Amino acid sequence: MSNIVDSTAQAPAGQQARASLKFLKNHLREYGILFALIAIMVFFQIATGGILLKPVNITNLVLQNSYIVIMAIGMLLVIVAGHIDLSVGSVLGFIGALAAVMIVNWGVPYLIAGILCLIVGAMIGAAQGFWVAYFRIPSFIVTLAGMLVFKGLTLWLLAGQSVGPFPPQFQLISSGFLPDPFGVDGFNLMSLLIGVGVALALAIFLVRGRAQAAKTGAVDEPFAFFAAKTAIIVIGIVWMSWLMADFRGLPNVFIVMALLIAIYSFVTSRTTIGRRIYAIGGNEKAASLSGINSKRLTFLTFANMGMLAALAGLVFAARLNTATPKAGATFELDVIAAVFIGGASMAGGVGTVVGAVVGAFIMGVMNNGMSILGIGIDYQQVIKGLVLLAAVIFDVMNKQKS
Amino acid sequence: MATILEMRDITKEFPGVKALDRVNLSVEEGEIHALVGENGAGKSTLMKVLSGVYPHGSYDGEILLDGTEMQFRGIRDSEARGIIIIHQELALIPLLAVAENIFLGNERAHRGLINWRETERRAADLLARVGLKESPKTTVADLGLGKQQLVEIAKALSKDVRLLILDEPTSSLNEQDSEKLLELLTEFRKQGVTSILISHKLNEISRVADTITVLRDGSTVARLDCKDGISEDDIIRDMVGRSLDDRYPEREPKVSDEVAMEVSNWTVHHPIQTDRKVVDDVSFHVRRGEVLGIAGLMGAGRTELAMSLFGRSYGRDISGSAKIGGREADLSSVRSAINAGLAYATEDRKTYGLVLGDTIRRNVPLAKLDAIADGLVVNRHREGDVAEKYRDRLAIKSSSIEQETINLSGGNQQKVVLSKWLFADPDILILDEPTRGIDVGAKFEIYTVIRDLAASGKAIIVISSEMPELLGITDRLYVMNEGRFVGEMPTAEASQEKIMARIIKSGNRAA
Ligand SMILES: Nc1ncnc2c1ncn2[C@@H]1O[C@H](COP(=O)(O)OP(=O)(O)OP(=O)(O)O)[C@@H](O)[C@H]1O
Ligand SMILES: [Mg+2]
Repeated sequence: MSNIVDSTAQAPAGQQARASLKFLKNHLREYGILFALIAIMVFFQIATGGILLKPVNITNLVLQNSYIVIMAIGMLLVIVAGHIDLSVGSVLGFIGALAAVMIVNWGVPYLIAGILCLIVGAMIGAAQGFWVAYFRIPSFIVTLAGMLVFKGLTLWLLAGQSVGPFPPQFQLISSGFLPDPFGVDGFNLMSLLIGVGVALALAIFLVRGRAQAAKTGAVDEPFAFFAAKTAIIVIGIVWMSWLMADFRGLPNVFIVMALLIAIYSFVTSRTTIGRRIYAIGGNEKAASLSGINSKRLTFLTFANMGMLAALAGLVFAARLNTATPKAGATFELDVIAAVFIGGASMAGGVGTVVGAVVGAFIMGVMNNGMSILGIGIDYQQVIKGLVLLAAVIFDVMNKQKS
Repeated sequence: MATILEMRDITKEFPGVKALDRVNLSVEEGEIHALVGENGAGKSTLMKVLSGVYPHGSYDGEILLDGTEMQFRGIRDSEARGIIIIHQELALIPLLAVAENIFLGNERAHRGLINWRETERRAADLLARVGLKESPKTTVADLGLGKQQLVEIAKALSKDVRLLILDEPTSSLNEQDSEKLLELLTEFRKQGVTSILISHKLNEISRVADTITVLRDGSTVARLDCKDGISEDDIIRDMVGRSLDDRYPEREPKVSDEVAMEVSNWTVHHPIQTDRKVVDDVSFHVRRGEVLGIAGLMGAGRTELAMSLFGRSYGRDISGSAKIGGREADLSSVRSAINAGLAYATEDRKTYGLVLGDTIRRNVPLAKLDAIADGLVVNRHREGDVAEKYRDRLAIKSSSIEQETINLSGGNQQKVVLSKWLFADPDILILDEPTRGIDVGAKFEIYTVIRDLAASGKAIIVISSEMPELLGITDRLYVMNEGRFVGEMPTAEASQEKIMARIIKSGNRAA
């Protein structure tokens, strides 16, 4: 190699600035999406005259998007592995119906019913994954069939009627908040403390990671970027939890969501299983010839998707407090859009959990903000469609440039 | 002779790498101009600049064709001027017919309707010109690599070529096909077509080239005129910057008596044409500390044999037995084959070897992820250390271990594949064309690695179409032809003639 451009720190200021610029160029995608979310939030905060970030609305935003976020996490894995799952909306509806029939009609205790529903969801995913993984039937087709099948089964199960309401404890999944042992009036101190705790833990985790990477000389992110990013994340989390604490505290679903994000981020980025899934999506033949059991992993990815769709189904049913035959229709499109906005590639092998979650919130904030502004559902669809297109175009152009 | 092409002070940078640094190239009309240099020297990049793959503005310097400056915005512009490039990796559409491929993007059509009669007639003419006796209706997938290469050239000819660029055209061809291709180039020379030939096979270069330009580390270091009688050693000296006394490392074989792997009556059927035996009743063994060669022509079934052994990755209705270390080995899946101590480094790095979108760091440990993980969690230090170690050991040219393998030069990609399997640390390592596309200096390094592995008691099986290489590094040879093993000999008693004689004899008997 002739000139290897060195981009580590401890360089003169001018060079450091150039390195920063270069780094930003190479990582435009990762930062871009975070900036996009912030920009969209600022825009709607101003446009709605401050309603967007009112504690009650923030809480609402989280509740409204929880099921999309939960499914986006599963979908990210499916898409990274090089597949797609079109059936998740129908599965969500079906599981909601199943839960309603079991709990309301048959009187099955809600805890048992919930667990059964998760198992059924995993089995549905596994059944579809089986054909995709072991018989190489294209996932688009298998899950398109699944979409129709479970839409039909939902109708059949509910006999075309809505079934509800659920017992109050079941509703708590969606409408419950973290209890506050401190009992401060009108402020959930516990929630704020948790928020601060998580933010600190995350900051320590990031700093330690960077310090370790520095030891092996693998750091290429300029310090200013690292500091800014960490600060934004910490302030963001503390602020959000303060806002929510000011209303009724952290919603139960929020805790579930946060745990899922943490676990799946870790699994995808740090474990051998994650590595293998990315490798399969990147080049299945090479992965298989490296001794990776691509069939089993693909199968498990779909089973996992089914389980998360079932969880989302429970959350959604609990939120509506009834199961309707129409539940979940076209949700798969929102979920898939979130994952692609979040930077995943159609070809597989690329994408992050955090990206998918941010993508889901970009869609969510736009939905919420436009509704507050009273923009008609017609325009909302058009705008959302254009945003998806823009995000992916940006992605592709960005890749071609380098 | 007039100068047809001049490239002046071409500089091309990629993020973190200066691939070309003020390179000059000047080509005379009607000559065969060879471009040589180590892996990653910038040969392919220079040709991509020339052919407009990297458009004007994405590089510095100028390109003069017949003395006028050219600013190609894309490959169409350069083709319009008669500059046609055939890339290192072939770009034919496998399921289309030969004629369709030849005129792809350049269809013989009138108002959007394809004139099939003319397409086929013209295709047949072109095939005759390149000396390929196949029907224009044959599907490309049914042709061997050598013939596909000829189809590529026919495709180039269909576009009124003035300057034909061939990037390592013979790297995956056998000797006969290479021979034919080189003859074709000399034939073109008579017809006034200029060619630029990139190759790591220096014997070919010194035979057909009129002029040689040598690149090193992104700069032009020499321009040699072959009229003065150039030897391979001269080229090598300019390429690597020092003279290379030996092509193969010295070694004292320490073959033990212990048999590492023994395969008996191995038979494999074609995955689609199930009644065709691709590997037919093959039996062989390899000892610890031995470097075993499998010679044969392209298409003899060597890769199929290796892949069917390695976790049944190829073929169906596989029968026969394989013993490793004296015991029946479970080779039913790639994982179990790896666990049994077997590894197979593929000849086809893009399709089977690399996750191209991933970095060197992520590719190297892929076959043995558990070794860089604590439980399920990947230990990123160990991962980085491993990648660094092999990058060093095999001298992989890259900006860092974080470079995506898709952006590596062909030879360096090959080295990443090798690294992956060296790290997997098998007892028996099958190397399929391990030096394809690798420069002379790096070949020596790879031979040294092979020697050291053998010395440490591993068994190495080398599949290669380059007979001098097999004769230079192995202890014992099998000859394979049409799915069967047709000869075995100690390398000390072997020669190219003997190997060819075995192949021809077996071919006659079969006919
Ligand atoms: N798209 C790219 N992005 C970054 N670096 C690149 C890219 N393409 C090539 N390079 C780098 O440019 C250098 C020259 O590569 P090039 O492919 O021209 O080498 P080469 O001489 O053809 O080698 P080989 O004989 O191995 O084919 C290499 O170091 C390679 O890593
Ligand atoms: Mg090259």
